[in-house]
Amino acid sequence: MKLGLVVDLDVCVGCHACAVSCKQWNTSGTTGPLTDYAPYDEDPSGVWFNRVRHFEVGDFPNSKTVNMPMSCMHCEQADCVDVCPTGASYKRAEDGIVLIDQDKCMGCNYCSWACPYGARELDRDTGTMKKCTLCVDRIYDESLNEIDRQPSCVITCPAHARHFGDFDDPNSNVSTLVRERGGHQLMPELGYSPTNHYLPPRIMKPQQTAETPRKSLISSVKDWVNQSVAR
Amino acid sequence: MHPAFSVIAFTVSSGAGFGLYMLLVMAHVFGFLTMERGTIITATILAMVLIIAGLLSSTQHLANPKNAWRAFFRFRTSWLSREGVFAVLFFPFAMLYLLGVFLSDTGSIGFFTKLMGLFGVMLAFATLFSQGMIYGCLKTIKQWNTPLTPTNYILLAFATGALLFNLLLAMNGHESLGMMGGITLGLIFIAMIAKGIYYFWIRTPSSSSINTATGFARGKVRLLDVGHTAGTFLTEEFGYKTAKGQLNILKVVVFACGFFIPFLLTTFMVVGASAAVFSALLAFVVAMVGITAERWLFFAEARHVVNLYHGAQRT
Repeated sequence: MKLGLVVDLDVCVGCHACAVSCKQWNTSGTTGPLTDYAPYDEDPSGVWFNRVRHFEVGDFPNSKTVNMPMSCMHCEQADCVDVCPTGASYKRAEDGIVLIDQDKCMGCNYCSWACPYGARELDRDTGTMKKCTLCVDRIYDESLNEIDRQPSCVITCPAHARHFGDFDDPNSNVSTLVRERGGHQLMPELGYSPTNHYLPPRIMKPQQTAETPRKSLISSVKDWVNQSVAR
Repeated sequence: MHPAFSVIAFTVSSGAGFGLYMLLVMAHVFGFLTMERGTIITATILAMVLIIAGLLSSTQHLANPKNAWRAFFRFRTSWLSREGVFAVLFFPFAMLYLLGVFLSDTGSIGFFTKLMGLFGVMLAFATLFSQGMIYGCLKTIKQWNTPLTPTNYILLAFATGALLFNLLLAMNGHESLGMMGGITLGLIFIAMIAKGIYYFWIRTPSSSSINTATGFARGKVRLLDVGHTAGTFLTEEFGYKTAKGQLNILKVVVFACGFFIPFLLTTFMVVGASAAVFSALLAFVVAMVGITAERWLFFAEARHVVNLYHGAQRT
């Protein structure tokens, strides 16, 4: 088995629900907690397994916003596992999931250097590296209904932009999607052969965009006054 | 990349230590320098102290040092593990060599001690090579992923070790100072050429760009939003940025302090024997400043491909 995700960039709306639900599930999961630093301060930070980046592709008016959720790609050629000096990082032979044994990690950051996708983040509190587990504590849980035995991000996605399945099976949902929609990998030139694939946006007719009318002097003054008063 | 002080101190200090040990033992065993027993013992102990100080410093950057002992068990795949194994294996051989010299009356040693010393040299070399390959094997950082990386680590270790060796010889008022001075000049020169080649080489960008990172190769891609409001582990570790001007100033420091001034001072040490100790000391101290700047630059100039997801167009 080669388990992984397919992310449909055509329908992803960039709502970050996958990232939040991932954090919620995994903070009490096998590699939890996903520590937060200064959560109620001015600049809250912390460990996330899944992050969404937003890009603009092409030049206006022929441009498109593309939201790109990224987690561990569970690469076939996982250099993060090879470079790990302690053996804490490992790739499971049976399903290809890359995991970190929290009891063995010494927090040297070396695996995060080897990862091109930024999938690994150090937890300063526990001093160990943490990463996406593909919800390994969920997908094999037989006490859950069959439909719920999927990663948290996949179930949560309101746009159905995320799909989970076995890439080794040519007739699985993910293999079919990649084949039919021309799914691609990120940074294939580095040779990591990531399992996760991304489906490009469908070709659509360009949408008409209207020019914003220029503001009159009066409305500009009004806006300025309103802003000043609000402050 | 974020330049971690502990790693810089580790590589600079242990580099000088391994360089000193390798030159000392080769000079002693092959007999191209005649040295007193006292000088050899002092130099070997100094080399080991520098290496131990470096190794201890390297554990400072671990977030979970209680598991550091596990780092010796992935010898088959990890260069970091190999470096640790070679560095630790080095000590018994260096100790046996030291013991052999200590037990001899005049510093002339038997076959067994020579063999132990040379095994130590091989392990020191293997450690330095592994140290370079830790960085050299990373495909994610184009500025490191080159055979020049281990080459530079080894050559700079030899150069700094030679300068330290000179200092010890000068302090003992040694007549073979001229010979070692000449070797040092050669080592500094080769190290400088290799570093120069490296600096020219890293000017070309890598094959990865924001286009390959996102998979959209047909148009311009730009970052609209990174998706987080404050810094993350990734921005702290990989997002390190310095002003271009600062990098150029530091490169001048590397070549002036790391190579040019030590070269002149070593020449002076060989010629003007009256101030030999002072010249040798100054040469070593100035070189240490230069090589620390070199190591800092090595990290500061490395651009990890994850920056492509944080707004960089190329790495």
